[in-house]
Amino acid sequence: MAYPYRHEKETRILSECFGDPSARTVAGWKKHGGYQGIARALEIGRDATIEDVKASGLRGRGGAGFPTGLKWSFMPKNTGRPHYLLCNADESEPGTFKDREIIRWTPHQLIEGCLVGSYAIGAAHCYIYLRGEFFETTQILARALEEAYAEGLVGRDIMGSGVDIDITLHVGAGAYICGEETGLMNSLEGRRGEPRIKPPFPAAVGAFGMPTTINNVETLAATAHIARHGGEWYRQWGTDKSPGTKLFCVSGHVNRPGNYEFPLGFPMMELIEDVCGGMRDGKALKAVIPGGSSVPIMSAEDCRACTLCYEGVEAAGSMLGCASVIVMDENTDIVKQVRRMAYFYTHESCGQCTPCREGTAWATRILRRIEDGLGTEDDLDTLIQISEQMTGTTICVLSDSLAMPIISSIEKFREDYLALIRRGERVGAA
Amino acid sequence: MADNGRKADTVTLTIDGHEVTVPKGTSLLHAAETLGVEVPHYCYHPGLSAPAQCRICLVEVEGAPKLQPSCVTMAQDGQVVHTESAQARRMRQGVLEFYLVNHPLDCPICDMSGECKLQDYVFNEGREHGRGREPKRVFGRDDFGGDVLYYGDRCVMCTRCVRFMDEVARDGRLTVVERGDRAVIDTFFESGLDGASFAGNIVDICPVGALVSKDFLHKARAWDLDHTESVCPNCSQGCNIDLHTRDNLVQRLKPRENPEVNGHWMCDYGRANYEWLNRPGRLEAPAVGRGDKRRASDWQHALHALFERLAEAEGASVRVVGSAFSSNEALDALRALAEQAGTLQAGVFRARRAEDEDPLPGFPILVRRRDLAPNVDGAGILGFTRVGDDDGTGGLEEAADHDGVLIVVGDELADQDESFGAKAGLFVYLGTFDSPAARNADFVLPLTTFAEEEGTFVNAQGRVQRFRQGLRGPGTAQPAWLVLGTLAAALTGGDRPVSAADAFASIVQRHAAFGGLIWEGVGSAGAALEAAHA
Ligand SMILES: Cc1cc2nc3c(=O)[nH]c(=O)nc-3n(C[C@H](O)[C@H](O)[C@H](O)COP(=O)(O)O)c2cc1C
Ligand code: SF4
Ligand code: SF4
Ligand code: SF4
Ligand code: FES
Repeated sequence: MAYPYRHEKETRILSECFGDPSARTVAGWKKHGGYQGIARALEIGRDATIEDVKASGLRGRGGAGFPTGLKWSFMPKNTGRPHYLLCNADESEPGTFKDREIIRWTPHQLIEGCLVGSYAIGAAHCYIYLRGEFFETTQILARALEEAYAEGLVGRDIMGSGVDIDITLHVGAGAYICGEETGLMNSLEGRRGEPRIKPPFPAAVGAFGMPTTINNVETLAATAHIARHGGEWYRQWGTDKSPGTKLFCVSGHVNRPGNYEFPLGFPMMELIEDVCGGMRDGKALKAVIPGGSSVPIMSAEDCRACTLCYEGVEAAGSMLGCASVIVMDENTDIVKQVRRMAYFYTHESCGQCTPCREGTAWATRILRRIEDGLGTEDDLDTLIQISEQMTGTTICVLSDSLAMPIISSIEKFREDYLALIRRGERVGAA
Repeated sequence: MADNGRKADTVTLTIDGHEVTVPKGTSLLHAAETLGVEVPHYCYHPGLSAPAQCRICLVEVEGAPKLQPSCVTMAQDGQVVHTESAQARRMRQGVLEFYLVNHPLDCPICDMSGECKLQDYVFNEGREHGRGREPKRVFGRDDFGGDVLYYGDRCVMCTRCVRFMDEVARDGRLTVVERGDRAVIDTFFESGLDGASFAGNIVDICPVGALVSKDFLHKARAWDLDHTESVCPNCSQGCNIDLHTRDNLVQRLKPRENPEVNGHWMCDYGRANYEWLNRPGRLEAPAVGRGDKRRASDWQHALHALFERLAEAEGASVRVVGSAFSSNEALDALRALAEQAGTLQAGVFRARRAEDEDPLPGFPILVRRRDLAPNVDGAGILGFTRVGDDDGTGGLEEAADHDGVLIVVGDELADQDESFGAKAGLFVYLGTFDSPAARNADFVLPLTTFAEEEGTFVNAQGRVQRFRQGLRGPGTAQPAWLVLGTLAAALTGGDRPVSAADAFASIVQRHAAFGGLIWEGVGSAGAALEAAHA
C-alpha cells in the first residue's frame, strides 16, 4: 500500500521509506544505506559518536526537546555497572503517530538508532518500550529484530566489533503515563507506572537502579543517520536552535492529514494550506494545537507567522512538543474539545500527586457542567486557578499538560465559553 | 557567632528569617521542625520512604524555579527558605482545596475527628468556603480484614499504609488499585489483612480517618480521651505506648515513639490485649482471716495485724510468689520484706511463653517476644526464679505446701485449688482479683494494676522503662510497693516509701544492675541497665 500522502517539498530523511515495505528487511534497509551508521560509530568510537550527536544539535523528539548529545554525555563512565538505553515507543500523546510509522515501515532504522545510542552510552542492553496497543507495529519490529540478531547486527559481538548489544522488546499495557520516562522505568521493572521524583536523575539511578538514558523513537532513528553522515551534515536543515528534520503529524480538519517530514522552521501556514491541501470543505481555520495535546492552544491569528521549530512555536505562545499539529476549523466546539482532552488527562493521571489526581478530575467536571449549559462566569476563574495550582506542583508534567490547554483556551476562546454560560449557545459544530 | 564552631558535617540555612544549623542530609521539613515550624505533610512519615507525592509540603527556596517538596529537599548551606511566603501558602491552600473535592466531610461520624491532619491543616489555612459544586465521587467502606476498616472516600492517597506493609511489615498485602481519581487502596486477596501481625500500625499512621480500628469504631471521641505514657504489658519487648482512657477505662493502646525499642510501631497482639485492664470484679478492700473466718477490714487494721504476725514469725522460713506483671518496685519490695521477715527460701514467678517470637522485618529491633509478660527480665534481675510451664501454670508445688511464711503478689493462682497454702504458718495474698486458692490466706490485700500506678519494668533488651498512672484503682487498692515497703519499714524501723521514686531508689541501692540510675533519668524513653551488670 502506498503511503497515504506525500508532498514534493518534503525532506525525507526518516520517512524516506514510508509506504515501502521492502525496507522492512535487513537487505532492504541496507539498500538505503542502513547499518552504515552503527558501522561508522563502531569505527570512530563512543566519545566521537557522542560528539557527533552533540554537533548535530539534535533535540529530543519525545516532547521536551532536550539536546540528545548532551543527555548522552551525562552518562557516567567506567562505573563497572550495567548501563541501559531505553527507547520510548509508548507514543500515546493525542495527535501523535510518527513513532508508530517509523517502526512500521523502517524497523531497522530504529534498531540501528538503538545500537548507536547503546554503543555511545556504553549500554550492553537496550529495551524498547512499546505502547500496548501497537500490535501490528510490535510484530513488524519483532520480526526485524529476529533478523537483525540472525545477521549478527544485534547480540554478541555485533558486526564483528567485539561489542555486545542486546535489544529487548517490552510491550506496555496501555497507559499514557508509562510514556513519561521514569514512569516507563517503573513499568519496565514491573511496578506501577508512576513517575519517580528527580533527583536522582536517570543517568545516575535509572532502570533497575542503573545509569540509564531514555530517548524517543524518532530521536534514536535520527541518530542512525547522524552517526552515518556526521553532525554537521544534519545541520544543513533546520534552524540554529532547532537543527535537522522533523516528522509533523498533522491531524484534524485539513484535506490531507498525515506524517510529513520537513526541516525545522517550516512555516505552519504553508504546512496547513499547501502541504495538507488546506482546510477541509473550505472552512476557516479556528485553532491549532501544535505539539500534541499537552501544549497551549493557538488561535488562527497566532498561527499566521508561526514557524515550526522549538523557538518559533514558543514565540507564538505555545510549544513544539512532539510536533503533532492538530488543526481545527471554525466549526470546532472548543469547550467540548478542551473537556474531552481534560477527560483524557483525568483518565491517565497516575494519581500520585494530589494536584494532578484531584485537579484533572475536578476541572473535567467543571468543564462538563459548562458544556451542559450550567456554568457560571466564576467557573472560568476557578478553572484558571485550579490550573495554576496544577502547574509546577507535581512530580511529572502531566498535570501542567492539562493546565496549559485550559488556561490558553479560556484566554483565547473566552467568547466560546461565555456563549455557553450566558446564552447556552454552543459555538461550532452541533 | 554560631558559624565559628561549625563543622563540615553541618549546614546553616535560613528558614522564615531564622538561621538554623542542622546536620548534612537533613530535609527542609526536619530543619523547619527544629525551629518549631510544622510544614504540613501527608505522604512523608519518618518511619517510611519518602515518595514526595502528596505535594502539600511545598516550600519556597530562593533561587529554585518551582516550589520544592520539603520532605525530600535536603538543607544546603546558605539556602533561604520560606514556608510562609504568599506563594507557599497559596499553593498549600490550593492542595488542601483539592483534597476536599471528593472528601465527604463526615467528621461528625469519623473516628479520626479531633486528631485528623486534614481537619487540622484545612482549619489552619484552608479556604473558608469550598468552590466545588460537582457531585462527589463515592467509594464507600471496605473491610480490610484484621482489625482494619477502610473508608475510601476519606483517603488522601498518601500511600503510607501501602508503604508500611511493603517496607516495614514486609508483607505486601495492600496496593493502590486503579489510577487518577479512581485510585483506591485495596488488599490483594479476600483474606486481606487477616493474620498479619503488625497491620494495626496502618491505622495509626493514616493521617486521616480512612483507616480505622474495628475495635475502636465509634467507641470514643478523640478529644474525650486522656493519654498516659505507658509500656505495653503484653510481652517482654515493652513497646512504649500511650494508654488512651475515658471513664476510667482503657479505650485503646497506641504506640509511642521510641527508636531504641519500638520505633513508631507496636504489634497487633499487644495492641488488642487491653481489656484485662478493664475487667470488673476486682478486690477493693483488705480482708483478714482464713477460710470461713475471712472478714472485711481496712488498711489500718489489716496492716497492723499483719505487722504483728510478721514480727512474731521472725526467723521463719519464707517463700514468695511474685509476678512478671508486677513492677520492679513491687518485686523488690517483696523481696526486701521477705528477707526482713525471716529466711527467704525462694522467690519464684510464672509467665506464659509463646511458641515463637515475631519480629517486625523492616524494624527488627521490635520483636514480639516469647515471654508474654512485661517484666520477666526485671523479675530475673531482682532475684526471682521462673517456675512452671510455658502456659503459665504449675511450678508452685513447694509454695503450695510451705509451712512457713508464704506471700503471693500478683499471681492469681488460677491453676491452684483451695488447698493452696493450707499448711502455711502465715499466708498473705496480695492481688487484683480474689481466687479460690486464696481461701487459706490470713490476709487478702487489694492491689492496683500497672495502669493504676507508677513504676518500672525491665524489658528483654535490659532497658528500664517507666509507666505512669492512667486509671484510678478500685476501692482502696494500693500499689504493691507501698504496702510491702510500709511493712518492711515497720519491721526495720526505717523510712517507708511514699512514692514510686522512693521504691525505685531502694532498688538502685540494693542491686548493682541498676547502679547509677535515677528515677527522673529513666524519663519517658527509659534507660539501658548497665551492660556489665545486666
Ligand atoms: C505524561 C508524559 C507522557 C509522555 N509520553 C511520551 C511518549 O509517549 N513518548 C515519548 O517519547 N516521550 C514521552 N514523554 C517524554 C518523556 O518523558 C521523555 O522526555 C522522552 O522520552 C525523552 O526522549 P527524548 O529526549 O528523545 O525526547 C512523556 C512525558 C510525559 C510527562
Ligand atoms: S503529575 Fe499526575 S501523572 Fe505525573 S506523577 Fe503526579 S499524579 Fe502522576
Ligand atoms: S488509607 Fe490512609 S494511609 Fe492509606 S493511603 Fe489512604 S490516607 Fe494514606
Ligand atoms: S511486641 Fe510486645 S510489647 Fe510490643 S506491642 Fe507487641 S506485645 Fe506489646
Ligand atoms: S510530605 Fe512532602 S510531598 Fe508529601
